[in-house]
Amino acid sequence: MKKWLILLISWWLVLPAWALEATPTENDPVAQKRAVELELKLRCLVCQNQSIAESDAELAVDLRRQVRHFVAEGKSDEEIIQFMTDRYGDFVLYQPPVKTTTVLLWAGPIVLLLLGLASMLLLVRRYSKSADQSNEQLSAAEEARATALIEGRDEL
Amino acid sequence: MIPEIGQFALVLSLILVLIQGTLPLIGAAKNIPAWMALARRTAQGTFFFLILAYGCLIYSFVVNDFSVLNVANNSNTQLPLAYRIAAAWGSHEGSIMLWVCLLGIWSFAVSVFSRHLPEEMVARVLGVMGLITVGLLLFLLFTSNPFERIFPMPADGRDLNPLLQDPGMVLHPPMLYMGYVGFSVAFSFAVAALLSGKLDATWARWSRPWTLLAWSFLTVGILIGSWWAYYELGWGGWWFWDPVENASLMPWLIGTALIHSLAVTEKRGTFKIWTVLLAIVAFSLSLLGTFLVRSGVLTSVHAFATDPRRGLFILAFLALVIGGSFALFAFRALRVGTPGAFKPVSCETALLGNNILLGVSCGTVLLGTLYPLFLDALNLGKISVGPPYFEKVFVPIMALVVLLMGAGPLIRWKEMDASSLFRKLAIPFGVSFIAALLLAIMLKGFAWTSVVLLTLGFFMAFWILSTLIVRLMQALSGDLAKKLRRQPASFWGMCLAHLGIAVFVIGVTVVKGFEAERDVKMAIGDTVEVGGYTFKLEGLEAVTGANYDATRGTFALIKGEKELRKLYPEKRIYASHGMPMTEASIDSGIFGDRYVSLGEQLSPESWIVRVYYKPFVTWIWGGCILMALGGLLALIDRRYRVKTHHPAPISLMRYTLTGNTVIK
Repeated sequence: MKKWLILLISWWLVLPAWALEATPTENDPVAQKRAVELELKLRCLVCQNQSIAESDAELAVDLRRQVRHFVAEGKSDEEIIQFMTDRYGDFVLYQPPVKTTTVLLWAGPIVLLLLGLASMLLLVRRYSKSADQSNEQLSAAEEARATALIEGRDEL
Repeated sequence: MIPEIGQFALVLSLILVLIQGTLPLIGAAKNIPAWMALARRTAQGTFFFLILAYGCLIYSFVVNDFSVLNVANNSNTQLPLAYRIAAAWGSHEGSIMLWVCLLGIWSFAVSVFSRHLPEEMVARVLGVMGLITVGLLLFLLFTSNPFERIFPMPADGRDLNPLLQDPGMVLHPPMLYMGYVGFSVAFSFAVAALLSGKLDATWARWSRPWTLLAWSFLTVGILIGSWWAYYELGWGGWWFWDPVENASLMPWLIGTALIHSLAVTEKRGTFKIWTVLLAIVAFSLSLLGTFLVRSGVLTSVHAFATDPRRGLFILAFLALVIGGSFALFAFRALRVGTPGAFKPVSCETALLGNNILLGVSCGTVLLGTLYPLFLDALNLGKISVGPPYFEKVFVPIMALVVLLMGAGPLIRWKEMDASSLFRKLAIPFGVSFIAALLLAIMLKGFAWTSVVLLTLGFFMAFWILSTLIVRLMQALSGDLAKKLRRQPASFWGMCLAHLGIAVFVIGVTVVKGFEAERDVKMAIGDTVEVGGYTFKLEGLEAVTGANYDATRGTFALIKGEKELRKLYPEKRIYASHGMPMTEASIDSGIFGDRYVSLGEQLSPESWIVRVYYKPFVTWIWGGCILMALGGLLALIDRRYRVKTHHPAPISLMRYTLTGNTVIK
């Protein structure tokens, strides 16, 4: 809590003069789209679980303006993301960076998929083998009964 | 007085359910008919007392009895009646109460609609459901008592969270919980089958309609939640990959796998163990979802640690249910052999693939949801796992599922010639691909990245549609009227649900590809254009609602020169919470929504206004409705209503109809 308070205050101290201006990218659809895409990747730090694009919290409103200013100034996506991470840490990123603590997170789905496919292969092979066997068995044991059935001699 | 009656009814139902969870199970094991017969009676008695208790709780909310802590915390004299009723499930205590109550309703339904089942099976199913009810009732009474009194009684209540004061709140939780809790029936059938050791096609036939019903409810519940978030949160998103949403998506994914697996078990007698496992997992995930949402771990693992009573209880219950059922599974299921045999190119293989991919996708969602919690608990740093992650890992797996889904219905059971399958699939594949590519280029020109994504999306939808058409032609060739009658309802259910997926995919693809938004400063008289529509701000006024003050904007929606209609978005401040709430105003249509919401006020006359054009967004929910209807349609299939006394001829028929040697 205290950490957030300090963050909030320090952010308020550097509150830029453009805080109450209209958004700087509003007349440029391409820049606007890029800004929104970036905002969706950034988490609002004071909300339950919302990106800064969605939130109405003051912090989110100002971070949105900041992102739009950077976009209007021509900063690249990487630079903006870097700026935000430097300031607020990995927690601000909705797409966690790949590093030692997140290896499992990123490798997990691939490992799961491979395991799934491997087990499927094994199962299909086993069932296919028993299909070969049961076909033979059927022709031996059931054929007589089946013919009987077809000819109506067996009353079940 | 009334809350005490409710309390008393809860205790009585606990006593009844203790009987329901023990004697019938023992009776079934020792073959004591009188004890088995107790199952139905006790289930119906429990149902009566649970409904009575819930009625008392709703009554306390309706008459504003603030001496009840739960009412004082979640309601208010100014709250409109409909929301006072809905507030009865808006709180933690109320929602657990709803859970238990719905469990009572499902048990009651099983006790009534099980005349054709053997007495022993009914006793076991209701017994297991009784045990689950015991756990939840204990949780309710000891950690989350909805009837707890406070003294002195406050003059007014604290009010329901404004986010929840919405028609969506009235419908969403009951629907979602009907789905969650409904999987307990499939779970109980699975456990009952394990207990009896009789895992056969008839078991699958009994449990299938219940599972379909639960799945349909869950689908509708998720759909309402998504739609609610869309118009209530005020910025036009429809799925956020929020842990709470993921908690409902996971049982849905496994439930989807389960209804497919049940089909194989019922029709072919294969996949029995697998089906049992899925039934156990689906319900376990429902419980896990309840744990995640209700224990407070999601807000912060530390919040969980400061008030661990509730969390620990659910965790222990979860461990008991999952651990117990898995132990039983390991002990019993492995002894049931795996009969059934099929070749690599067969419908069984396709459905196995469907099951495994859905399982993998669910595992992925689980990983992404729990990972940040584990990192935080281990003090390895705080990270956020959100939409960009899930879109990267979940969407490709789902693309594989869809690919399989198109082919599946065209593959024959047991064995099929690969080249004839290839011939069947080649035309739909080619046509879908070319049509998707052309459509994407037509709409986007030659902007390659977006064309590739659009083509993929359109292709998946067209692929489902074209393969469905081929399947229908195959089913209906020849004497049409006769064939129409001969197709079982479950076949039409499958078609409808798959069509729903196609509609859903089109919705997602078009919204992602063509949505447009503007976020501008507007004063009265200003206009803004988005997606070919013009929004003109014509007025701003202060309005007062039942329990809030709001600023209401008046916007004219204009296309070309013509004014289509007025839109009235609001920014509300609720008296009790002082929290600003955005009420978007939406002009909704089949081919797209025009959406406007008020952002922040800049000066007395100017606001930041957000306007969106969301083409085809309604198709997303339309697709979900089709899926749920498909589930319901499959459910009314005749064969679930016909008594089945003679399992022997059926199994023999399977030999004669499918054994290749006979047909040769």
